[in-house]
Amino acid sequence: MATFNNNVPTKFPKLDPKGPAGDIVLAAERAKATFNTQELTKFMYGEEWLDRFSRVLEVIENEPAFDKSNRYYQGRNERVADAFKKDKRMVELAREKKWTDVDSQIANFLYDQSSPFSLHSGMFLPTLKNQTTDEQKKLFLEPAVKHQIIGCYAQTELGHGSNVQGLETTATYINETNEFEIHSPTLTSSKWWIGGLGKAANHAIVMARLILNGKDFGPHPFCVQIRSLEDHRPLEGITVGDIGPKFGFNTVDNGFIMFDHYRIPHVSFLARYAQVKQGTGEYVRPPNAKLSYGTMVFVRANIVMGVRFALAKAATIAIRYSAVRNQFVDAANPRKWENKVVETAVLDYTMQQYRMLPIIAQAYACFFTGREMLRLYNENQTNMNAGNFTLLADLHASSSGLKSLCTTMAVQGIEDCRRACGGHGYSMFSGLGSFYQDYLPNVTWEGDNYVLTQQTARYLGKQFRSVAANKTKESDMNFTSGYLYEYLQNPNSKCPAVEAADFMNPEVLLNAFRFRAASMTQKLVHQLDDQGKSWNSMTVEIARVSKAHTQLVLLSNFISGLQAARSEVSSSTMQALRNMALLFGSHTLEQELADFLVSQYLSPDQAGMVKDLTLDLLSKVRPDAVALVDAFALPDYYLHSALGRYDGKVYESMTEMAEQEPLNHKLVTDSYEECIKPLVHAGKAEGRWKGEGMQAKL
Amino acid sequence: MIDNERVRFPKLKPAEPQGTHLLAVERQNASFKPEELSVYMHGQQYLDARESILDVLQNDPILGDKSQRYYQARDQRFDRAMLNAKRFAELIREHKWNADDVLIADMLIDEPNQFRLHRSMFMPTIANQGTEEQKEFFLRPAEKYQIIGCYAQTELGHGSNVQGLETTATYDPSTQSFILHSPTLTAAKWWIGGLGKAATHACVMARLITQGKDHGPHPFIVQIRSLEDHRPRNGVTVGDIGPKFGFNTVDNGFVMFDNYKIPHISMLAKYSQVVKATGEYVKPPNAKLSYGTMVFVRANIVMESRYVLARAATVAVRYAAVRSQFVDAANPKKLEGTSRTVETPVIDYNMVQYRLFPVIAQAYACFFTGKEMYRMYNENQDRMAQGDFSFLADLHATSSGLKSLTTTISLAAIEQCRRACGGHGYSMFSGLGNFYQDYLPKVTWEGDNYILTQQTARYLGKTFRSVAASKGDEQRTTFSERYIQDYMSNPGARCPAQSAADFLNPEIILSAYRFRAAQMIETFVRKTDQENRTFNSMLVLVYQISRAHCQLFIVSNFLAAVFPGPTQKELPKEVLSVLRTMALLYALYTMEEELADFLCSQYISSEQATMIKEQVVQLLGKVRPDAVALVDAFGLPDYQLNSALGNSKGEVYEQMTAMAEMEPLNHRAVHESYEEIIKPFVHAGKHLWKRDSKGIARL
Repeated sequence: MATFNNNVPTKFPKLDPKGPAGDIVLAAERAKATFNTQELTKFMYGEEWLDRFSRVLEVIENEPAFDKSNRYYQGRNERVADAFKKDKRMVELAREKKWTDVDSQIANFLYDQSSPFSLHSGMFLPTLKNQTTDEQKKLFLEPAVKHQIIGCYAQTELGHGSNVQGLETTATYINETNEFEIHSPTLTSSKWWIGGLGKAANHAIVMARLILNGKDFGPHPFCVQIRSLEDHRPLEGITVGDIGPKFGFNTVDNGFIMFDHYRIPHVSFLARYAQVKQGTGEYVRPPNAKLSYGTMVFVRANIVMGVRFALAKAATIAIRYSAVRNQFVDAANPRKWENKVVETAVLDYTMQQYRMLPIIAQAYACFFTGREMLRLYNENQTNMNAGNFTLLADLHASSSGLKSLCTTMAVQGIEDCRRACGGHGYSMFSGLGSFYQDYLPNVTWEGDNYVLTQQTARYLGKQFRSVAANKTKESDMNFTSGYLYEYLQNPNSKCPAVEAADFMNPEVLLNAFRFRAASMTQKLVHQLDDQGKSWNSMTVEIARVSKAHTQLVLLSNFISGLQAARSEVSSSTMQALRNMALLFGSHTLEQELADFLVSQYLSPDQAGMVKDLTLDLLSKVRPDAVALVDAFALPDYYLHSALGRYDGKVYESMTEMAEQEPLNHKLVTDSYEECIKPLVHAGKAEGRWKGEGMQAKL
Repeated sequence: MIDNERVRFPKLKPAEPQGTHLLAVERQNASFKPEELSVYMHGQQYLDARESILDVLQNDPILGDKSQRYYQARDQRFDRAMLNAKRFAELIREHKWNADDVLIADMLIDEPNQFRLHRSMFMPTIANQGTEEQKEFFLRPAEKYQIIGCYAQTELGHGSNVQGLETTATYDPSTQSFILHSPTLTAAKWWIGGLGKAATHACVMARLITQGKDHGPHPFIVQIRSLEDHRPRNGVTVGDIGPKFGFNTVDNGFVMFDNYKIPHISMLAKYSQVVKATGEYVKPPNAKLSYGTMVFVRANIVMESRYVLARAATVAVRYAAVRSQFVDAANPKKLEGTSRTVETPVIDYNMVQYRLFPVIAQAYACFFTGKEMYRMYNENQDRMAQGDFSFLADLHATSSGLKSLTTTISLAAIEQCRRACGGHGYSMFSGLGNFYQDYLPKVTWEGDNYILTQQTARYLGKTFRSVAASKGDEQRTTFSERYIQDYMSNPGARCPAQSAADFLNPEIILSAYRFRAAQMIETFVRKTDQENRTFNSMLVLVYQISRAHCQLFIVSNFLAAVFPGPTQKELPKEVLSVLRTMALLYALYTMEEELADFLCSQYISSEQATMIKEQVVQLLGKVRPDAVALVDAFGLPDYQLNSALGNSKGEVYEQMTAMAEMEPLNHRAVHESYEEIIKPFVHAGKHLWKRDSKGIARL
């Protein structure tokens, strides 16, 4: 045992970082911005939302249950326990403060960590709202709103994911007793990955194959009680638990459940659409399912809006840190500080700009497209209510591709920003590690990002065939058939640009994106229809076609969104946004250069021009880099990052957070006696030590 | 109270067909024997060594048990890693493992611990940079872990730029000691593995100041903790830098010095010296020799990349053969011996093949390039011993770019394979999550992957200028000189391929790679010399040039090794045939990935680009029956993979559920938070409860 006081926390000496100090550097960055940050912030969010945002922020920043300071140090058990506490307090706060759904969403966004109750409000309640009869609403929804029952949504199984038709769990109607018997016939039929199921939920929406009088009608939703209301014990016939540790999301109790001939009453079958007649087990088919596609568009518009925040968060951290962090002296352009040559800020290196500034542009691109999707969603809902379905197919196809492209882009953007932070990006204190871990499942869930591209490409192929055969009526022309038609008028046209500056014309950029998407669609259709290639053998190209279309959608919405915004923002802000749009276009074009060259719309010389243009735009954006991320107005509480703090006090914050590391709460680690001492003291026995005690040396 | 017991799955089998059966069928369908490829690649001696080390580790009560790894919090993992570290040190001694054996064991244990840098950095530094006296003094006790060391170079504010380090070591001739000092907060040593809690000593890089002059960073061996009770010494502030994205079993640490005095012997003095009595600085001799060692280290990194890629592919390919999804309508799969349609294993989907098979090809590519690097390293060492330094620069430049390229693709491959595992890839039980977390720093340390490419491109620019100036009349010897000269003899050349099949011709592939790399270097030289562009403004191009050069190097090595390749006597023709497919897949897949470069060079036309794409898809089909055998050939044991998805038997779902049963949250039926969090809400709805026939409260 230690003969000294071991419980001495390690503290750093009171020293300043080497200058120039981070706060001064960031202040200087802000001073040189060419536009007014607040104006851009207001344009994006609106004042009403900003007011709510700061009101909710003030509340939760002062709530102990919403404290983030232990987040990076805790093990899974402690994190789950804390997440439960936050869940409880969240319900209370919403009641106390009379928060609207938007307020609660803001609170969850700022807290930035899922918890056991997340899917109760995220999936359980919406399913009960949308798919139940009035009787069922009274029975299930009313107590659920008050958390008197706590639910989850159980679809995926251990052996079955994207293919819902492959689910194995059965729900067999027993005519005699008017009950359903839920059963898991194999190990692979175990429900798996179900958020909130592992420990929290006492009810679950279970997707199970409906079997009526021996006939299988495929998966349908049931609301099933799984744990005792009295003491939370799993009910008999049910095996339920947590699926174990994950790459991220470890604050959530993703669970499994298996049923052993488990009986539930007839009322459990969610019966707003399909129905099962009591006693006879006769199946009543649901009406047209098209309406539900509308909701999907809404969900995906929100995902795109979420991507904007993900990219903005990553860029905010990486850009601010890159302004503060210095490395090497750029010999061709040495930087002076207080009359001395100092190392260059990494943000001044082209490679660093090339890695990060396009990510800000992507964030703005997602903002404009998300906004346009919400607008189209509303227009489409109105149309559909009037029996007009013309917008739906295009909107749905684009939204599939957008979910795929934007979430992939977000994951990539977070990781690129993390790496652009150099060594410290690997520290949890960067705030980017856990963010990446938690964001990652977005590329797999709500439609696997590869599988989704097939929907988009199928639609593009269909549109192409129709336009090519002159079967598309002028009145039915939409965004997609429009550019396909244009392409077919002149499939050999070439990009007219003669110098890099020509690509500053948005129309020149857009035409290139249109041509590329259309010519790839044509080629795909040709290979499928004329060369008899199988769909499976084309899936690589299919993913590319979807991407080409979706990137066109993003660029197109960005540019038209700016035109529409002209009256809303000052010319300096407009200029900054224009640079963003051009950078998004030019950088994306460069990333996908092979497609454009293969289409032969662009020549290798023009490719060189686009590369030059990107570099030129990087230097134009450079002075505004910090202001452009500031405009997203993501508070320090949300970022929870030593590197990305608003005030630039990077190193002070890194060392403060290191002091909090539990290993530093004792001078000598507990393992010392067993693992180190015997080895080291063997040197004493060999007579290698000079001096005694603390003074002992080799 | 309720009986709060552990959760157990019912004894059920997965749905048909069984994973074990599917993998067995895959193995039957292979066109070659993986054992033969394995022996060819590793040599029987290596395989025997791996087998015997595996046997020791698997049966060791401490190191043999990885079962808790995925569930533990950092403090538990840390304590466990300390035990592992100690046990590993004991085993090394007991079994007299040599350096190669230790590397094998480290790979199998697959978790860094607190003593790793003691062996891999602290001791080698003393061995290479210490005088005989210093070796006797520091290295002998270090070999027995009587002192435990680390290597402290990076600082809180300083990474890649070693010249920017702030820590000073000022020599005081009157006491014949150095004063170590950290002048600012950013001068804190940071990220130092083993320093946080374990080390008694550190090799500290500090600016040597003597006779009032700053001679830049030099290495010092510094005692930081008491030998008696491990307390930090006075004047030393030391601790752990906190949680990281991965590597949480290691105590990456910080240390700051407050005018901390160390004796004259502390400065490693094989090269530079400080005269004890006067403080006079004696300059080191030519440093060129040490570049040779770097090449060796990087050859090791490339060889290691092979296993990283192979491991990721092993998990994903095996799981893809077991996991079934959707019915491929154009080609429905029947359950063996029945007419029942079952879902198609995802490995039969083209997109999955496109995501996975190139990773296997990359693994083999790294093997052949690593092998070539060792050969060149040895040749170069021989030449240098005879005073011939003509190969060094080329080898060093290429090795910089290769470290950057191979670690970048390996990292991308782990993540790509993880995602190709679908939802379950996100479970820690995939074994790929923590693998990614722990491998990640490779792209930053030992030379940041972006900065390294600057060395490669600078060298290539220089070579281009020298070849251009000599007008091609000289006999060129190095790899780079030869292809640059080739290009300059016909800069208007075009690829002669007429059909997709022409791209199976190694010479056609190679000339495209050569042309692309050389032409990009030409562009770089032109922009620098004629358009006066700054180096900073061309960093993007610089990165691309290094990549183009290294991909050419890898493709050249791979193709040269298998076309025409070993004789039938050395390697059965089925094995050679599958290696050729791998080489072609690597070359053409990479070409497709980098298509824009090839098209911009105008060597490849738009039509030829389409041929390349078609050929890639055809090659994927050719690889398909051998996919499982190709990953099996690496022989990575289940102990190393520690993966429910990638286990060699195909018992995916059995292991997923067995590992879920081990989750601590499942050790009790009801969570501790229930009483405080859930019960008050739920019991507030008591008035709604109705009892069913069994007395259970329901809505």
